[in-house]
Amino acid sequence: MSGVGAPVRTTGPPVPATLREVSRRGRRAWSLPEMDVPPVEVPHEHRREGRVGLPEVSERDLVRHFTRLAQINFGIDTGFYPLGSCSMKYNPKVAETVAALPGFQRLHPHQPEETVQGALEMLWRLERALCEITGMHRATLQPPAGASGELTGLLIMRAFHEKQGSPRAKVLIPDSAHGTNPASVTLAGYRAVQVPSDSRGLVDLGRLEKVVDDDVAGLMLTNPNTLGLFEEEIQAVAAAMHRVGALLYYDGANLNAVLGRVRPGDMGFDIVHMNTHKTFATPHGGGGPGAGPVGVTERLEPFLPAPVVGFDPEGQRYFWDSDRPDSIGRVHGFGGNFGVLVRAYAYVFGHGRDGLREVGERAVLNANYLATRVKDAYPLAYPGRPMHEFVATAKRFRSHGVRAMDIAKRLIDLGFHPPTVYFPLVVEEALMVEPTETESMETLDAFAEALLQVAREAETDPEPLHEAPTTTPVRRLDEAKAARELKLHW
Amino acid sequence: MQFAPHTDDDIRGMLEACGLASVDELYADVPAAVRLERDLSIPQGLSEMELVAEMRRLAGRNRNLDDVVSIAGGGAYDHYDPSVGWALAGRSEIYTSYTPYQPELSQGVLQALFEYQSMICELTGLDVSNASLYDGPTALVEAVNMARSATRRDRVLVSQGLDRRYLHTLESYGRGSGYRIDTAPLSGGVTSVAEVGEDIAALVVQHPSFWGNLEPISELFDSAHRAGARAIHVFDPLSLGVLRPPADVGADIAVAEGQVLGNHLNYGGPYLGVIAARSQDVRRMPGRIVGETTDVEGRPGYVLTLQAREQHIRREKAASNICTNQTLMAVAATVYMSWLGPDGLAEVGSQCLAKATYAAERLGSLSCAELVWPDADCFKEFAVRPGRAPRDVQRGLFEAGFLVGPIADAESLLVAVTERRTREEIDRFVKAFEEAAS
Repeated sequence: MSGVGAPVRTTGPPVPATLREVSRRGRRAWSLPEMDVPPVEVPHEHRREGRVGLPEVSERDLVRHFTRLAQINFGIDTGFYPLGSCSMKYNPKVAETVAALPGFQRLHPHQPEETVQGALEMLWRLERALCEITGMHRATLQPPAGASGELTGLLIMRAFHEKQGSPRAKVLIPDSAHGTNPASVTLAGYRAVQVPSDSRGLVDLGRLEKVVDDDVAGLMLTNPNTLGLFEEEIQAVAAAMHRVGALLYYDGANLNAVLGRVRPGDMGFDIVHMNTHKTFATPHGGGGPGAGPVGVTERLEPFLPAPVVGFDPEGQRYFWDSDRPDSIGRVHGFGGNFGVLVRAYAYVFGHGRDGLREVGERAVLNANYLATRVKDAYPLAYPGRPMHEFVATAKRFRSHGVRAMDIAKRLIDLGFHPPTVYFPLVVEEALMVEPTETESMETLDAFAEALLQVAREAETDPEPLHEAPTTTPVRRLDEAKAARELKLHW
Repeated sequence: MQFAPHTDDDIRGMLEACGLASVDELYADVPAAVRLERDLSIPQGLSEMELVAEMRRLAGRNRNLDDVVSIAGGGAYDHYDPSVGWALAGRSEIYTSYTPYQPELSQGVLQALFEYQSMICELTGLDVSNASLYDGPTALVEAVNMARSATRRDRVLVSQGLDRRYLHTLESYGRGSGYRIDTAPLSGGVTSVAEVGEDIAALVVQHPSFWGNLEPISELFDSAHRAGARAIHVFDPLSLGVLRPPADVGADIAVAEGQVLGNHLNYGGPYLGVIAARSQDVRRMPGRIVGETTDVEGRPGYVLTLQAREQHIRREKAASNICTNQTLMAVAATVYMSWLGPDGLAEVGSQCLAKATYAAERLGSLSCAELVWPDADCFKEFAVRPGRAPRDVQRGLFEAGFLVGPIADAESLLVAVTERRTREEIDRFVKAFEEAAS
């Protein structure tokens, strides 16, 4: 069981020298055919003088350098990665295989439609499946990430209200929301108004109703929410919004929990963005690429970004439908992160209807099991039943001089990627743990034991927590210095 | 397919540990009225073998660039990507990781991004690069927002030589941000700006332009600076082995579609948005930025830095809403740029220029075609006006084994020639063009 309960790396050499330091004048990796047409001079006023300062290395230098960089990087394939809110589940290898088929990978975005019918069929069928999963009417596959999906959804919201006469001024967000929500609200030209959580960690319905008026364009919500709890009063929340003509926006960060069990559309949501890199296991790529499809109800369909994929049942052909006068326009240079969508398609259709429901059920089971195992040492921040993730607080260790970050760093030495820490902001010393469905009971047990060991150490001998990590190529890094003495390139 | 490892015994044991009798009880907090009381209308799952067959069926309904020779451009190009690129970027320790929130566990991705930023600075001559944005057009949106923040002005002047996909993306985002877009007309195929107004936040010029033409870029950016506007250069990274870099031509902010840096065509994505700027705008730069620092023992290491700009700290006042970017594509670009080195980059540029020029001369000599801008200088792309409707010509050429385009306007289409094309292919293409266009 690699990656379970034992350090996955040893204190080896520190980070490698940069390629600039490895570089030697005249060394090269590249090869190209001899030029077989007459050379052409660049006009003087446009000509670059001197050589570009790229490294000059052999291919073997390159391979060892990046292999070493891979070795000092922790991925899901390395070990348990319970980063809350990120759904770091196993990324199926078959998705990589099929995305690399030349029939997908070697398509040019300007090819005539009749030469890419398979690609368009894939996009069409994926859109239909995502609409079925979320209870939406149509979807755009253009947004290249979750935050991009948020902004797209908010621009749709804006276009809808404009069509009704006024764009309105405010968008409500819960105090536990991810930072991209308020940032997207501002970019969509709205003012973000925070709605407090109640003592159960749910939207405070009474206070929500007080701030809802006809200048509110909508409310952005995850459900399960950012604390991992299901908003039981979601129908009342939806009714409060719809009563004043406002829209309900579903941030799909936590969609994994409810696959095949609950659909945002059935809860009353009007706009839904999904994160394929969370729910549908497309690789996170070290920070991207993602994809953030956005589904909408029927009345919002006209405002979707253009083009969308169309299907002509008579001619049995797929096409790009650009004739959409009320569309908010284009939100990506081409049709979105197609290569990511191929992987999402493989995931959705590989799992099928029962498989998807089991994904959600097992994600929720894993989170509940883990929470149960550690709750005496790490009490939940709020009392409700967690769904696919839980938020615990480590504030009781503060009296021992131990912070959530110390716990996180000690977990590294015990062989695990730490959970999300200090988020959501409404919880002191937050540890946000999302195990996902692809982890076994043995892994969860090992992680629980590690967390309990760290809790004991925190109370009796916190030194290893303050020293941690000690098993990594570098130890704790001086972030203040990095921001003060900016060194952003070699 | 199923990747959850739970046995029936596991499920029973775990439920019991939680004090629950059934999986349904996990969803007890979900009101009955919103539960889905039926199966999803999605087919049952597939074995891996069946799934691969289904994906091969879909892929097989496409004609791909292994079957046809690409002479197409318009923002996506068939450059050669060496084996080493994805052999390394495809290491799963990298592609199955996420944003490096725990830097001690993520030095690999952080260092690769630091080297990416360094190489983008070397290419452009500018002071600072971030760790990537989504693609070229969305990078332009971010650049315009930087310029607005720096100048506190709300109008943007955009060259008509800008790829319309960039313009349309800018327009979509402008619906929320409220900037106004004016266009600067073309004259003889290049941008003509008499004077930039004092209320302009940024002048945006694509060079080489959508039409493939080299712009009088220094003069244009001088006009921008005289008006106190930021000069935004939409550039082609692979042109910079032979063309003057953005910093030399006066750009304050430079953005590019990074697909050409060792990334697959992927029918339009994932690509990466390149952005670089002068140090005056470093705190307005959106997205992740990696900085070098030291650890508690004084050893060098890398972290995400200047996070006070970002959404997770600044929330509604953040420079941008970007969180996930295109890191993996940036890693592939880093390997590719290192593979090329300075001489390889110059050679790619020289071959593109020479082969495009050769193709333009050959096509221009046909009686059924004329160059749209015969007097303009090009890099790897140019526009041609065939004797017949461009769409018909494009389709005819495709049947003959050549992808050309995009269709630039009602009368013309774009032709792009990369280092990957041989003289023999170009000659065959010209012959096929003659048949398709006459």
